[in-house]
Formats: sequence, structure tokens, C-alpha cells
Amino acid sequence: MTYRVGRGQVLRALDGVSLAVRPGEVLGLVGESGCGKSTLGRCLLRLVQPSGGRVVFDGTDITMLPERRLRPLRQDMQMVFQDSYAALNPRRRVGDLVAEPLRVHPAPSGGRRSRGEIAARLAELMDLVGLPQTALERYPHEFSGGQRQRINIARALALSPRLVVADEPVAALDVSIQAQIVNLFMDLRDRLGLTYVFVAHDLAVVRQISTRVAVMYLGAIVELGEADAVLHHPAHPYTAALIAAVPEPVVRTQGLPPPLRGDVPSPIAPPPGCRFHTRCPVVRERCRVDPPLLRALPDGRDVACHYPLVEERAGP
Amino acid sequence: MLLAVRDLTVALPIGGRLVPIVESVSFTLGAREILGIVGESGSGKSVTSLAIMGLIDVPGARISGSVRFRGRELVGLAPRAYRALRGREIAMIFQDPMTAFTPVYTVGRQIDEQIRAHQKISRSDARARTVRLLGDMGVPDPERVAGRYPHQLSGGLRQRAMIAMALSCNPALLIADEPTTALDVTVQAQILDLLRGLRRDYGSSVLLITHDMGVVAETCDRTLVLYSGLVAERGPTGALFAQPGHPYTAALLDSIPPLHGPRPARLPSIPGSPPAPAGRPAGCPFAPRCAYVHDSCAVRPPLVACGEQDVACVLPAEGRPLPPRFVAEMSA
Repeated sequence: MTYRVGRGQVLRALDGVSLAVRPGEVLGLVGESGCGKSTLGRCLLRLVQPSGGRVVFDGTDITMLPERRLRPLRQDMQMVFQDSYAALNPRRRVGDLVAEPLRVHPAPSGGRRSRGEIAARLAELMDLVGLPQTALERYPHEFSGGQRQRINIARALALSPRLVVADEPVAALDVSIQAQIVNLFMDLRDRLGLTYVFVAHDLAVVRQISTRVAVMYLGAIVELGEADAVLHHPAHPYTAALIAAVPEPVVRTQGLPPPLRGDVPSPIAPPPGCRFHTRCPVVRERCRVDPPLLRALPDGRDVACHYPLVEERAGP
Repeated sequence: MLLAVRDLTVALPIGGRLVPIVESVSFTLGAREILGIVGESGSGKSVTSLAIMGLIDVPGARISGSVRFRGRELVGLAPRAYRALRGREIAMIFQDPMTAFTPVYTVGRQIDEQIRAHQKISRSDARARTVRLLGDMGVPDPERVAGRYPHQLSGGLRQRAMIAMALSCNPALLIADEPTTALDVTVQAQILDLLRGLRRDYGSSVLLITHDMGVVAETCDRTLVLYSGLVAERGPTGALFAQPGHPYTAALLDSIPPLHGPRPARLPSIPGSPPAPAGRPAGCPFAPRCAYVHDSCAVRPPLVACGEQDVACVLPAEGRPLPPRFVAEMSA
């Protein structure tokens, strides 16, 4: 995925990313700002048009599909955004907002849904996300951030999608509310058999909800594997640094590890060799010139590093 | 004592009547100490810091109580006297460094100006000091960075430049309002490291305002937890995190997903949401969401000693304090 950024420069937001989302899993995408996690999430639903590569959804290559043929597939893939307020038209009632997908898309039988069908589905959706039926008559501004995110989730689920891409859905919420919404996501997955791609910068939130985790840095996946393996025994030095940098609500007895130096380089001019080599605490000569490819380790995870931190450890 | 805040109450006019946003907040801050004020949105933590800085300029606002800085009363201080104090003895940094810098001048010029506004020194001396400060803040190639405009710097560099500007006159007190919230974790870790070093290198005391319990745990000597404009709990950070005395503190810590140890099947969450200032209950403000609520919570509980902390809850006085918190072992 590339963007033109003026003066003939090109920003490569995603650079040769390959990954498969398995049915029923929660794939967490983590990384710092500018790593491409949101762009990847949007590419999956073709909300942005990738400049190269393929996106295959349930056997159908959707990369070049015309909008007319993409539309029926969109019922199966929905998105939840970070800004719960911006995502909801402030001048329309919640009932109208949540009903919109039901009006736009035909019923499974092919015809339009009747008023009664829509009303019944709205009632169901409110129960599903834990909002009172009276919410349908109210406007978005009358709700708190957590409740607004419930409204967005209800709308995303209206057409019973199979895949939901959630882009930082709890980042704007206070922790006590964040926990409610994370629990809701987990309950809904269990009840409806959903598959999620969960994009977030918060490692602890991602660990809580994900079965697998992909760690991204400067437009590429640097590590991909089972959530516990990746976050408990990171193989990539960047994953390890990211985990070490998370401030934990625990007063430590020993000193803190030294923080990673420097900033993330500009994606307009990424460093040669390994993208992380300018900040890597264990960088070696080869890393400066030879870009590592994503490769499988004995324990089943993928890592893009010449000198992974867990190479010797075979099996979980 | 560098700063002593007693019964600070800030009431703002909302819908034709004065509504107390912050009520009876009291705490002290000693020399070279880092105190964290932590709370969720709407808890009153930013209003508290703005009141200390004399920056609440809402018409009709009423500020009562006492804020003593180096023995001098700040509540009711004339704007002119406040201006002489701000920037020189008390400095403030914000979440968004772009609001602290004007986009039309270089970062170096703005820091030079700040120095020369409070001290009579030449331009070149001021610039030399600016470059030294930027270097001290971990800015690579400080001379070059001083010649750049704010938008040309990364978020982390801008935050370092803002801290350099805040420290340019060696303030005794630095108020940092969510200084790392807009930063990525790896950069946040650098800035927190910098803040911890300030007391050693500059002898500064820091009042750190944040919503992030992790940031408090790793940075602050003592912690003040605000809930709905009132102090829920305050005490040494270690004790407060090991055995929170207020059910709100405990529930807030529990609702943070752990990064280590077993994953809970469900996150313990706090039902409902905090009350708006105008709709704050007469008794304990946390009572409607509290798992331990009972009859005596209908009266607003005073702060009482509980272990090493002071806690605004009736449980310790009733002889049934909360149990210590279970914390999973961290892997190496």
C-alpha cells in the first residue's frame, strides 16, 4: 500500500505484508503510530485500494472486484472505528443509524426488509450489546463514549457479519469502561462465532482479546504467532522492546530496563537492511544491509529477524 | 513544604448555578518529589492543576481553599503576580506540545525568549543555554534542532523541547498534564525516564497528572487518586498499588488487562460510568458503582488513615479494609 505524499515522494504504508486470518480467531495487530496497522485493517475490507498484492476473502479475490460485486460481500465484513462519536451522524436517532445497513442491503431472501423485521432486529441488537430499547429513540450525543461504542458495535453486527475489523475500538475510553467493551467483544465472539481483526496500540488489551498477534513496525510484520508465545517470549527485539516499554500498574522492586533510543524513522525513507536496525539493542553488521524476511521458527511463529531472541527454543 | 494544597474547591457556573467541579482536594508536595494525580476523564485532575497555576479564567468561577507555594498563598493572587511566578518558579507542560509552541518561530527562538522574559541575559547567552537544555533533555544534535520549527520535529522531540522550555528558568515546580498520552510507548518510556531524572539533575518537584495507572506506578513517589472531583485515596505509590484502600482504586487497577501471568476469562469491570459534577450523589460519589456499597455510604466519607494511605471510604473505619491486591509474577 503506497501513498503519494508530494514532491514525487512515496510513502509505503505497507510493504509486502502477507497474513491469513483464520475463521473464528482474533488476530491482534499491534505497533506504534505509523506502523501500518490501521492501513492493513482497511486494506482487508478494501476501504483503501492496495497498490499491489491480493486480498482474498473466503475464496474470492476482492482486490480488483468492482464496487457493485463487492457490496454483497460487505455484509460479511464490517468495521468498528476508534472515534465513536465521529462514526455516528449526530442528527439521526440511534435506531435510524443502526437500521441503515438493514435498509441498504437486501434481506437474505433477496427482497427488502419489512418495518417489522427491522424493528425486531433492532431490538435484538440492543440486547446483544447491552443497551436499553429506549436507546433507539435517542441521539448519539446523549450517550457516554462507552455506550456510543456499543451503538457502533450494534450497527456493525446488524447484518450478522463473519469478520469484524476493529480499529482501536477502546483506545479513547477510560480504563473502567474499556474493560466493559473488551468483555463485550469477547462475549459477542463466543455467542456469534465472529472472527476479529483487532487493531490496537495497547499490548495488554491485545493480549487479553487475541488468539494470535502480529507485531508491525514501519509497514511490515516483524513477528506473528500465538498471543502468549509472542508476548511472553518475544522473538523479535522490537517486540521485546515494545513489551518492556509498557508502563505497568505494579511498583517494581528492581530498576526499569533502559528505554529504546530514538524515534521511529520516517516511512518515506525507511532505513536499508532491517527496518529496526537503527534502534535495535542487539544490532549486528548484517542487519544494516540485509533485510530479514518473515520466516517460521520451530515453535510455529513467524519472525523477521536474523538473530531472533528465542531461536534455540523449539516447541512451546 | 514546597506546595501545600488544602480544601481546594473549584466551582464553575453551569446552567445558571455554581457546580463544584473539584471539591476539598488536599495534598502536599515536598522538594524533589514526584506526585501523581490520577483519575479518569472528568475526575477533575486537570482543573486541579489549572487552579494551582491560576489559569482558570471562566467568568464567574469560584476558587476557594488554600494553595500555598513556598509559604505564599496563591488563591486570590493578582494576575500580575501570578504571571511573574508562572514560567519562572512554576512551569507547566501539556499533552500536546503544539499548543505550547507557536508554529511561526523556531523552537530555539521560543526557548530563548522564555529565558529572556525572566532574566536579563544576552541573546547569545540565552541561545547557549537553550542548546545546553535541549542536549540535557536528550535531544540529539541540539544546535540543529534549535533552528527548526515545531512541525519539523517528531512528537517525542517536540515533547523534549517543551520540557526544555519549561525548565529553562529552573522552576521549583513542574506541572506535567498528561505529558506522554499522545506518545508511543517506546517514546513514552524515554520521556518518563527524563522526568524521573529531573529531580536529580535540576532539583525539580513534579506534579504529574495522568489517567494511566502504569505511568504513575513507574514514575511517582506518592499518588493521589481522584474520583468525580474528590480525593478517593492518597499515599505512597508502593503501598497504594500493593494494597489499595479505596474500592475505586482497587476496581480501577483490576480493570486493567494484565500483560503478564494468566489471562482472566473476563476483565473485572466497573459497572456504569462516573457521575457528572452536577449529578454527584450527596454521599460517597463512587457508591452507585461500588461492590461494597451499604447504608453508611449515604454520608460523604471523610479521609481516614488506612495503612500508609488516607482513604475516603467507610470500610477501614468499620474494621474491614480491603485485602491486598494479587499481582501475577512478571516474567524476566
